[in-house]
Amino acid sequence: MPDVPMKATPEAATLKATQPAVPVPVDERPDSGPAPGKPRSLWSDAWHDLRRKPSFLISAGLILLFLTIAAFPGLFTDASPRDGDLTQFYLQKPQLTHFFSPEWLGYDAQGRSIYARIIHGTRASIIIGLTVTAIVFVLGSLVGMLAGYFGGWVDTVLSRVVDTFMGIPFLLGAMVILVSFDVRGPMVISLALAVLGWTTIARVMRGSVIQVKQADYVQAARSLGAGTSRILLRHILPNAIAPVIVVAMIALGGYISAEATLSYLGIGLADPAVSWGGDINFGKDSIRVASHVLIFPSIMLSATILAFLMMGDAVRDALDPKLR
Amino acid sequence: MGRYVVRRLLQMIPVFIGATLLVFLMMYALPGDPVRALWGERSVDEAQIAAMKADLGLDLPLWQQYLNYLLGLFRGDFGTQIASGRPVIDVITSALPATLRLTALAFLITVVLGVGLGVIAGLRRGGKTDRAILFVTLLFISVPVFVIGYLYQVFFAHNLGWARPTVQDPTAWSQLLLPALVLASLSLAYVARLTRTSVAENKRADYMRTARAKGLTGRRAVSVHLMRNSLIPVVTFLGVDIGNLMAGAIVTEGIFNVNGIGSAVYRALSYREGATVVGIVTFMILVYLVVTLLVDLLYAVLDPRIRYA
Amino acid sequence: MSDRTERPTADEPNATTGTTGPVEAAPSATGPAEEVVEITKSGRAGHPATGGGEPLLEVRDLAVEFRTREGVARAVNGVNYSVHAGETLAVLGESGSGKSVTAQAIMGILDTPPGRIAAGRVLFRGRDLLVAPEEERRRLRGERMSMIFQDALSSLNPVLSVGYQLGEMFRVHRGASRREARERAVDLMERVRIPAARERVNDYPHQFSGGMRQRIMIAMALALEPDLIIADEPTTALDVTVQAQVMELLAELQREFHMGLILITHDLGVVADVADRIAVMYAGRIVETAPVKELYAAPAHPYTKGLLESIPRLDHKGKELYAIKGLPPSLTALPTGCSFHPRCPMATERCTTERPPLHTVLDASEAPVEGRGSACHYWKETLHG
Repeated sequence: MPDVPMKATPEAATLKATQPAVPVPVDERPDSGPAPGKPRSLWSDAWHDLRRKPSFLISAGLILLFLTIAAFPGLFTDASPRDGDLTQFYLQKPQLTHFFSPEWLGYDAQGRSIYARIIHGTRASIIIGLTVTAIVFVLGSLVGMLAGYFGGWVDTVLSRVVDTFMGIPFLLGAMVILVSFDVRGPMVISLALAVLGWTTIARVMRGSVIQVKQADYVQAARSLGAGTSRILLRHILPNAIAPVIVVAMIALGGYISAEATLSYLGIGLADPAVSWGGDINFGKDSIRVASHVLIFPSIMLSATILAFLMMGDAVRDALDPKLR
Repeated sequence: MGRYVVRRLLQMIPVFIGATLLVFLMMYALPGDPVRALWGERSVDEAQIAAMKADLGLDLPLWQQYLNYLLGLFRGDFGTQIASGRPVIDVITSALPATLRLTALAFLITVVLGVGLGVIAGLRRGGKTDRAILFVTLLFISVPVFVIGYLYQVFFAHNLGWARPTVQDPTAWSQLLLPALVLASLSLAYVARLTRTSVAENKRADYMRTARAKGLTGRRAVSVHLMRNSLIPVVTFLGVDIGNLMAGAIVTEGIFNVNGIGSAVYRALSYREGATVVGIVTFMILVYLVVTLLVDLLYAVLDPRIRYA
Repeated sequence: MSDRTERPTADEPNATTGTTGPVEAAPSATGPAEEVVEITKSGRAGHPATGGGEPLLEVRDLAVEFRTREGVARAVNGVNYSVHAGETLAVLGESGSGKSVTAQAIMGILDTPPGRIAAGRVLFRGRDLLVAPEEERRRLRGERMSMIFQDALSSLNPVLSVGYQLGEMFRVHRGASRREARERAVDLMERVRIPAARERVNDYPHQFSGGMRQRIMIAMALALEPDLIIADEPTTALDVTVQAQVMELLAELQREFHMGLILITHDLGVVADVADRIAVMYAGRIVETAPVKELYAAPAHPYTKGLLESIPRLDHKGKELYAIKGLPPSLTALPTGCSFHPRCPMATERCTTERPPLHTVLDASEAPVEGRGSACHYWKETLHG
């Protein structure tokens, strides 16, 4: 049977498990140092690269900013995202010079400050993005590692389970789940996305583990009598995890996008929760008279997704010795 | 090869059953009652609901309902709409042509633009063109499809007047072009990036050095030697992407008012019309499985190193 | 496609009668410095086409640099060598000594950037290839000079049949039809003794064994009967038993077609039977050049001496094996003076400051030894000591 190529994301498809970094010349290798193949040098090499990479610095800065906004929206605005004054502010245009004031980015059709809304909408997107990624990372890595390491019938069964979940269209599947719930909070949405999203990570992890498993240092550890759990945790996991981390970072952006799409379609977060997707949906009705209602949440949303994608890209390039 | 196809078909059976069962459970086992939803906010006659449920077989245990559904599928019966009594297969076949056209056009755009841009970028890795293509594709991936949809609608239809803002006649290719561009944007960005990486990697391969040492022209080395190798992963992705495009139609069709599968399933979801949702999702699962199989077989044709035992 | 200006001697019916081995040579032209030999002028005895010693290929003061993150890596620093028709020159050196880079510069398949030819000339039948237009060079590749690579599996295109890849030579350079090309491909495969050539012509590289794949590489290089073949470690990736067969085949075909052969290797054992002359490279320079037997009998450079002494020998059984101490230098920071001095057992103060030119090696009667040179201040001590 052919080793079915990874189909999850094209990014994943090109990223192979990282080889242990370039061999250290004999005379520079400390006698009792870490065994060659430990990820330390790989990650420190990558870090060395990343620190001077503009795309990494920009994305890291943006992510830090979004995390701060999500945690402390009060630092950025005093205006309420929910109370609007229809009579006074209906679709009022942005005052682009009034930085950080409620009227900065204009008002929506209910007279609510768009600036306040995009600030307060950050938390939902970030929380959902992080939660889904965390669940998917743990579940997907576990399944992928077991399938890749043990092979045989374990792999057959787990791979069929992965195929099964992959057969269901991601967004549509999430909609089917969510439509059953009358109240859809961030946790319900996260679970719905995670249930359908973990397969991507599982596939990447499986492929990565299969590759690492054959490496000489794993064979060496096994011939020295290391137990299964030790081999898995000390030798395979650290070396197989790099592509998974990259895919997870890129996927995080995708989950934020998916949440926004659901909210936009009216099957995600709904009033009174503040969400970018919902606001974009709201803004589309007035798109021809007041495009700012749609534009600013879109920019905020896209910038967040972009930041995570760029970060994933930069880390992948830094970890991929082939592209050096 | 024949044996491999048979084995793959056999493997597809549990996957198909598992996936449809999951969708079935999602639709019916989770809270919410599609029959009750028919009445909306109005007062409910419990006896009437019970009678209707019995009529539709909804009073049976869930596993029996699923079994009936599965057996129906083998006869080409995708279920029946609760409210109208219309067979779901009718809903699918009437909505399918528009979605197929839209998907086909989007697929064509993805292949031509995605592969084209990817090859250009890959051959000039690190250059200005490469950076520009990388940046634009990154934008296409970052900006959600529904935002791109509205931006295109405002810009190309309202401001420039090059296209109609909504599709009046889904048989007219010219009207489908704008929604197809929107639908294709994400896929084409992925394809361009994947092609770029693949081309750039293969460009450094030993066999490309051999091609130069043989005195081949640059054009021949690229078009014969580089392409055949670089496009293998791209073709794999493109195949699976057909399924994504169909599922992505749900957003695009909504924006441009196309009466296709996406609109149908969205309507069905809003009315909690379970039979239609499950029927359409089942159909999409089938498409996905068939396409995956075809891609795997195509893979063997493209890459002689793959042998199917 | 017949852009050939002059047909190589290989086409002449009697060209294959000569035997290998160093022969008396015509007196040489000038070297860069008076005491420095212009490497090798050994022509082929009795062969009219060698023009009384005009070499087929002459590399002069070639220097190649690579731009890397750590700075400019000077991979080749003024290499001189030449090859005559029908002659085999072995270029010997460790990995990183610049032997493959020199070959790629000759072929014109160097990756530029990051590579850059900083100086020098590559004269092919007197024509400087480095100033020739790319299209002319492309036509020469495959037609007049071709190259055999080390790893045939990765050097052959994995998704094209071997028949296609062999036939491509005729289609591109000779405008052959698809069918014609396939026929020629079968001929070639038979020529390099691949069993059942006709049945296997549509097979893919991975379906062949390592030795068979290398034969296909050889067949591809030979396809258009070029004047010059550069074989870059052609047997390194093969099993020892297969190595000998492949090497033998290559030598035989070279004799048959009377080609010039540059054999790049790090394996002294491979060289001994096949080569006429040897050029030893270290850190991008030729450190010693000599006819094969003389070099083995009495090396005139400490590096060559070290290499020879590190070969395990049955008659030295029980003794500790010699190894050249240290590591090859970093190409971004070459040592001053003689590049080999940090590893050299004979190094003196002078070696750290003054770079030795390629001295002409003299025999006991103070007469110059034809084709021998050593880039060591103490070549005399090395040779006789």
